[in-house]
This record gives sequence, C-alpha cells and structure tokens, in this order.
Amino acid sequence: MMKQHFLGLTFVVCAATAYPQTVGRIDIVKTDRPIIAVPDLKGSGDAAKFMDKFNETLWNELENSGVLKMAAKSFYPLQVPQQPSDFKQPANATDNMGGLWLADWARPPVSANFLAMGFTAVAADQIVLSGWLEGVNQPTLQAAQLMAKRYFGPVSEAGARKVATEFAADIMGQFGGKSLMGTKIYFVSDRSSHKEIWSMNYDGSDQKPVTGYNSISSFPAIAPDGSKVAFTTWKDGTPQIYIHSLESGRRLTFYNQRASMNASAEFTPDGKSLLFSSTAGGGSAQIFMTDINGGNVKRISTNRAIEVEPRVNPRTGQDLVFVSGRLGRPQIFKMNMEGVDTVQLTPGDGEAVNPAWHPDGQKIVYAWTKGFDIGNFNIFIMDVASKQFAQLTHGVGRNENPTWAPDGMHIVFASKRGNKTQIYSMLADGTQIRQLTTAGNNDKPVWSKATQ
Amino acid sequence: MKRNIAHIGLASACLVVLFATGCAKKTVAGPPPSTPPPTVVPKAPPTPEKPVIARFQAEPSTVVKGSPSTLRWSISGASDISIDQGIGSVSDTGTRQVYPSADTTYTLVARGVGGTSSATISVRVTIPEAAPPPPPPTSTARRSASEFMTQEVQDAYFGYDSFSIEDQARGILTNNAASMKRFFGDDNYTGTNIIIEGHCDERGSDAYNVALGDKRAQAAFEMLKGLGVAENRLKTVSFGKERPQCSDASEDCYLKNRRVHFAAQ
Repeated sequence: MMKQHFLGLTFVVCAATAYPQTVGRIDIVKTDRPIIAVPDLKGSGDAAKFMDKFNETLWNELENSGVLKMAAKSFYPLQVPQQPSDFKQPANATDNMGGLWLADWARPPVSANFLAMGFTAVAADQIVLSGWLEGVNQPTLQAAQLMAKRYFGPVSEAGARKVATEFAADIMGQFGGKSLMGTKIYFVSDRSSHKEIWSMNYDGSDQKPVTGYNSISSFPAIAPDGSKVAFTTWKDGTPQIYIHSLESGRRLTFYNQRASMNASAEFTPDGKSLLFSSTAGGGSAQIFMTDINGGNVKRISTNRAIEVEPRVNPRTGQDLVFVSGRLGRPQIFKMNMEGVDTVQLTPGDGEAVNPAWHPDGQKIVYAWTKGFDIGNFNIFIMDVASKQFAQLTHGVGRNENPTWAPDGMHIVFASKRGNKTQIYSMLADGTQIRQLTTAGNNDKPVWSKATQ
Repeated sequence: MKRNIAHIGLASACLVVLFATGCAKKTVAGPPPSTPPPTVVPKAPPTPEKPVIARFQAEPSTVVKGSPSTLRWSISGASDISIDQGIGSVSDTGTRQVYPSADTTYTLVARGVGGTSSATISVRVTIPEAAPPPPPPTSTARRSASEFMTQEVQDAYFGYDSFSIEDQARGILTNNAASMKRFFGDDNYTGTNIIIEGHCDERGSDAYNVALGDKRAQAAFEMLKGLGVAENRLKTVSFGKERPQCSDASEDCYLKNRRVHFAAQ
C-alpha cells in the first residue's frame, strides 16, 4: 500500500511539472458580431397595450443571443418604417431620408448592418405580428429583404411574448444562433424551507417544484432527451440517487448500491446508463456506472482519493471528466470509460470543480479558485485538447455549478452575491449576466433542451 | 484498518485547528431516587379504647387547581388505617401530596381492637383564569436519548479539506467513546443507535463535500470502533455542506461546520 502511495505521488509530480500553463482565448461568442437595429414596433387596436412587453422581449432575446450586437436606440432616426412599402428610395444615394431608407440605418451614428421591423394587429382573435429583417447595406429593397414572416398568438401578454420570441428565434437563426425558447433549467431551491428540485423556463419564468420530499434533495441531472431527472436525496437517511420521470412526475426504479453515499449522478449521452460517485465497497467515493435502473454495476475509478462529478463527453461517449482529490485539493481530470488514460486538466493550483461539457465535446466549463481565496470560485472555460482556459467571472460573488445551455452559447451558474445564492445566466464570454431567481437560495442549475 | 491519509496531508496545507478546550463536561446525574418501600404498619398494642385520631389535616386547605395539598395524619391505637379518594391503606403517621382537580373531601378511617374512628377534611380547589402550569413531575424524568447525546457527546472538528483526526478531535472522540459505551450499556436506550454525521464548511464544492463528509464520518467510526464502541450500533451519514451549523462567512463559523456530529436514532 505504501508503495502504491509513493508511485501515485511520483506520477502527480511529473504531471504537474509537465502541465502547460496557458491562458487562451476560446471564441464561442465572437467579438465581431453583426450589428442589428431593433426599433420599437407598434401595435394597432387591442395589440397596442401589449407592445411594451413585446418590445422588451424582442430586444432581450436578440441582445442575449450571442450572435448579434444591438445598435443603441438613442441613435435611431426619427422615422421608423413599419413595412417595406414605407421605404422611400432617395434620388441621390447619399440623401438622408430620416429613417425611411436603408442607408439611414447603415450610416453613423446607427452603423447597423441589419434592421428588424414590423407591426402587430389583432385579426380573428389573434395577435398577428408581421416581421421583416432587412440588410441595410444593400442598394435595393429587393436585395435587402432577408425575412418576411407572420406570427400568431393569443391576444395577451403571453401571446405578445410568444410572437416576439419566435420572431427573435428566426432572426438569430439567420446568423447561426439557436433560440433557447422552450428550454428549461432545473435547479435546487430551499424556498420551501427544504431543498427540493425545481424547474423554470430559460428566462426565469414559471418557477415550480419538481420534488416534495421535505428532506434534502439536490444535485439534479437531466437525461439527454429531457425525460428524466436523477438527483441525490437524503430522504432515506443517507444520500441516495432517485430518478423521476419528468413526463409523469413519478419515481422510476433505481437500485442504489449498498453504500454510505451514492451521489452526483449524470446520464450517459445515450441516456441508457448513469454515472455517479459511490462509497460502495468501502473507502473513498469512487466513480461507478450502472444501467438506468441501477443494474449492471461497473466500477470505473480505483483510487484512494475522493472522486466525484463524473461527466461523460456528450459527443464521443468515450471519455469522462471528473473531480479527484488525488493531488490533495480537488482538480479536474479526464479518463476513458475503462478508468484509464487519465489526464490532468487543471494545473493544480487552487481547487477546480464542477466540470460540465460543452455540447461540442471539446470544451468544458468549470469552477476554479485560481487567484482567489479558498471557496471563492470563478467560472472558467477550457479547451480540453489544448488545456487552454479563459476566465469568465472575476471575483464578483462566489460562482459555482456552471452548466451549458443547449445552444452552446450560454452558461447558467449559481452565485452568492450577498447573503443568498442565486442562479444567473450569461453568454460564454462572460457578458449579458442575468439573474434568474430571487426567492430563497437557489443553486446547481442544469439546462435541459426543449421538450414537446 | 489503519487509514493512510498521508498523501492528503502532504498535498494540502491543513489549517491549524484551534478551538475551545475544556468545554464543561456535565456531571452525570445519578439514577433518580426510588420511592421508599411501604412501611409495615406496626401492630398497635391491644387496648380497649377506640383509635385516637390526633391529627388529620390538609395544608393548604385551599389550592389552585393543579397545585398540591399535603395531607397529614397522626393516629394511635389503630391496626388498620385507610384514606378514601384512591389513597388506600396508610401507616399511623404520615403525609401524602394530593392533586385534587375539584373540591374534595377526604375521609380517614382508623380501625382498632377497641372500635373504629373516622375524620374528614375538605380541600377546596380554585380554578385560575389562565391555564395552570403543568404539575411538576412526581419523579425525576429520565434523560431522553437525544438529551444524553447533547449532554455527554461532543462534536469533533477537522481541518479544511481534511478527514484526519487531529489531537483535539482525538481527545473529544475518546471521551465520546466512554459516553457511548455507557449509552449502549444503559437499558433505557436499548434499540437506539448513534448516527455519526459528517459535515463540511461551505467553501469546498457541493459534490466533493458529500464525499469528504463521508470520510470524516468514517474516520470517526473507525476510531470509536477501535475504542471498543459497539460498531453494530454506529451508523454514518454525510451531509456535505447541505446542513451547516453556522452560516456566517468567517473562519470561526467554517470551523464549526467542519465536524462530525452525533445523534441518537
């Protein structure tokens, strides 16, 4: 045992020396994004009173998309076209038409590349949005028009938000962006005085409980198809894994290992297996894999140190990142599904925890105390092959549990900024930080894809 | 099995653990006094006279509902003395606390060779406006298992990211082992187990801390087992940082949370 121990130490020293300490740029959110002007749309009749919510939603969705930059509203011309027939081609190409020609939006101070425009009206008990997207650098209207589409929704604030979100989704789709419409965030909240699993829409709306065990239920993981949630609960005394169907709300069969703890579960990309950390067999918590019902147990890691948070590469399904205490303070490692070919990813300073794969299977987001005191985590992303990393939060609050949105562009995380921990979303470059929760303490968010 | 934790100790600079020692260890209360065995009524010498009731009184004769009144009596020349209202046979001289819930008349009957004497007294009961305090217990209540744990078994503390039992914690666990052996040896706690809870401070990551709390609970378990505590009555659970004792962001508070806590179950 002592021999093994010293061998382990030697390996550690070598690995630490060989580690290239590089701070890189990881371009998920491009800096040279096209600029879009989005003047407030108007509504006629009964649609008018919902236009504040409509315009707020359209703006927020596009600003938050990560594929566009917003042209500042204060620079917009006085006259705003509501449909293509409002445009008036000037006699001279350099004439200023006060907003009624494409070039008025392209030249400074607006300096936009694109213009979103349109109007709403009520017809046949529906709110109807007519929306257009124009490339304002084009010489003719024919060349400028990129999109012309109608959207329908109920005559209500929700209907106004629906058509605004759909219009925004189509616009960002023109630039390679993916709307988060319909996606859900699952998280842990203690607002009922017990920690339970909760869900909400991607924008923080419609927050509701998923579990009601009146114990401690935490560490949610969502099946890749969005149909199940696995979590850790102390309901039966010791931490054990439960799986619930998100369709029926019912508990599904999962046989826990006989162990003092079974925790931090994660589904494999095919949704057929579960990885988790367990003390089955004694000793420190190790990485195990079982079928979705707990059968067919396979131990993946065999180390003396604590090993938790297994996360399988969503692209390959062939390797996993995890957190291990084998160097002392927890660090992030990668290994294959047989538990070998271990690679140290974080260099060893501070504590590096909570790894989560980007949907492309090449990058991870994680929490790291690098440069800060114990416990003061910030959010980082790393390109796994090159080990280059970039820091996204910079000491505001204690930032933990980052996970990716299905669009690979957004990150959701928990941050303690004051007395309470709340959930925030941001773009993968650290901008557009939005607080999504306010009631009680909320943490461990996971972002699930849209389900029907 | 002796746990080798050297590699953890090498790699992590464990914080020096300082905490108050000499925490007042409360004296173990002895078993409650048992009620004296009933005294055998001595036979009165044969005499032709009826028994003499020298005294039969209630003090006080008016009580607030729920409060006691004390009956006193002194009889001579009787072979058999009894008081009604459920008191029954008594010796020739004695006192008895009574808790009448309404106005009550007590009748004492003394029988002797020479005849029978009797006397009565009444206790008046007043009912207060406010609910009366509950009657004081008639005997010292036995400590509940959780009271025993609170009074006799202390938390043991750990360094940051460490599950190694330092001197201070070793002392506490050694004392705890002695208390636990008494606990398990006490018939009153038969069937009650002790849960060793591992806890962590809020700074490490959630998932890692569940595993670290497990190691702390296991380390305490191994030591207690080594000290001869019945292992089949010890259970472990880790709460990670899910159930902190203290929620301030200070080292004092962090220390209080890096602990093993013991609870009866």
